[in-house]
Amino acid sequence: MDTILKWCSDVLSNPTWFYLLTTIAKLVLVFAVILAFVVLSVWIERRVAGWIQDRPGPNRAGLPLFLFRRFGSKEEQPLKKLLLYLGCPPDGLIARLCRWLRLDREVPTFGLMQPCLDGGKLFLKQEITPSYVRKLYFILAPMLVLGPPLVSAAVIPFASWVQTPFGEINMCVANLNIGPLWVFAVSGLSVYGLTLAGWSSNSKYPFLGGLRATAQLISYEVAMGLSVIPLLMMFGTLNLQEIVQSQAQNGWTLLPFWGEGLSVQRWILCVPMLISFIMFATCIFAEANRTPFDMAECETDLVGGYHTEYSSMKFASFFMGEYAAMVIGSALVVTLFLGGWSIGFGIDEALASYNEWLAVLCQLVIFLFKLLAFIFFFVWVRWTLPRFRWDQVMKLCWLVFVELAVLNIALTAVIMYFIH
Amino acid sequence: MAYIPVKRPKFSILDRIYVVELVKGLGITLKHLVLSLLGKSRSKKDFNGAGVGACMPFPEQRWDSHLPSYYRGAPSLVRGEDGRERCVSCQLCEFICPARAIRVVPGSVAPGATAAKQEKAPAEFEIDMLRCIYCGMCQEVCPEQAIFLSQQYLITLTDRKQAVRNKEQLYRLGGIRKGLINKWNQYK
Repeated sequence: MDTILKWCSDVLSNPTWFYLLTTIAKLVLVFAVILAFVVLSVWIERRVAGWIQDRPGPNRAGLPLFLFRRFGSKEEQPLKKLLLYLGCPPDGLIARLCRWLRLDREVPTFGLMQPCLDGGKLFLKQEITPSYVRKLYFILAPMLVLGPPLVSAAVIPFASWVQTPFGEINMCVANLNIGPLWVFAVSGLSVYGLTLAGWSSNSKYPFLGGLRATAQLISYEVAMGLSVIPLLMMFGTLNLQEIVQSQAQNGWTLLPFWGEGLSVQRWILCVPMLISFIMFATCIFAEANRTPFDMAECETDLVGGYHTEYSSMKFASFFMGEYAAMVIGSALVVTLFLGGWSIGFGIDEALASYNEWLAVLCQLVIFLFKLLAFIFFFVWVRWTLPRFRWDQVMKLCWLVFVELAVLNIALTAVIMYFIH
Repeated sequence: MAYIPVKRPKFSILDRIYVVELVKGLGITLKHLVLSLLGKSRSKKDFNGAGVGACMPFPEQRWDSHLPSYYRGAPSLVRGEDGRERCVSCQLCEFICPARAIRVVPGSVAPGATAAKQEKAPAEFEIDMLRCIYCGMCQEVCPEQAIFLSQQYLITLTDRKQAVRNKEQLYRLGGIRKGLINKWNQYK
């Protein structure tokens, strides 16, 4: 036992091995969280869509209890027996509540099983590769759509850092000094996926969808890059971990309620920040190819858009790629504008001085909670707004957002000149 | 005057900025979301809804008690108040049926029946529920008011053979209809 522990500490004392092992651990965590959130956001999407339209949404897929019978449980109605065992009358309030929750039929998951089962269904469906497609690019395209969002998650900090006896662990897979640029650059690669999907399908609707997607994504990339510049001017750094750290100390970008954020100058700066937030969030909507900007796949004029010819798991990877882009976009907005992992009101530092691991855990939970909230906002907007027309989308980008972003940069520069 | 020019509404600057209208729209959807989560959606009563939203959770909650009286469900054969089979196997329903779901084999009335004048009654009467389109033309054409569309809407089959309903099943579904038809009894 002692030898094993000594070996472990020896390995961890080596900086290279320490770096490698912690990075792999973080990678696995980030990857698992993103994939779980893809599933979760599909569920949120469908449930919220249901509630907004006065429907319950997918609430039936649970674990039916007859499965247990198949696996050897002899009980016909496990719940009934359990209630009797606990001494609850079968017509009492508790029994009725259980029946209302359908506990007598299944283990309730509130429909959370639905996206998993949908994934399984897509996995088992027949895979059709039409004979007229360009095979290599046809197979490459879904990978290029699903990959970039997962890669760009590397720079998103999901908690602060901890000191261990072997060295510091920064809770961010790659603590790059070019955080947002990395995300823009890598998520820009997914344009290739859409274009290739549209082009290699060798069919006119996917082609038109691919063209639209290309034009839209490239245009909004410009507006998105310009719209965060005021924020970077304020923080003076491109390192996302440092940006979040300064937000934790001096108040979130949009809600400066503590630290230095309470000054008048900081509140004046909130005006350009708000403009930049609205623009950035809109650009993220457009980048994630979501309604009201889902030009690439509108059923009415383009059938299925760029993934018309895809089926089975290839289609599922487009689907997952879209939701992964949405998760990463939300993570970026939360990181830049809503304080990332910071709990706020100086609680971070108090927790960190008490126990760093506890602080990191709380921050992770807070970050995921914020992420969920913004994903909800994403979905909420989707089921509220009608789709824009194609020319309106382009006009909004080139005639409004780009100009407004440049003006916003100038405004921020003027304010900062007078403040300092 | 071939056409009437439609006056486009003039948008104020506030409308054009779009943000205010966006927030209003978000408010509307949020209101729906909250109301359906609280189980207070509008027109919930009309749909016999329960729980979240206005929907009727189907297998637990059903239409049965408040189907409209004009609902067209599965066709059925009826007996009169005196227990007489109203059908005289004239086969009009068989001829009118656009989906050719009905098959009637005419037979004679059992000797000693109350309505001896009737002469004919179906020996076999089959309706294929896989063919039936619930149009109600059989009910409309029947001169004897013997075939009616019932309110049965749950027709679940595990086998094609189950879809064909024979005379016995049809009479069981239809039951007894109020109102005496004196056409065929001995007093007429």
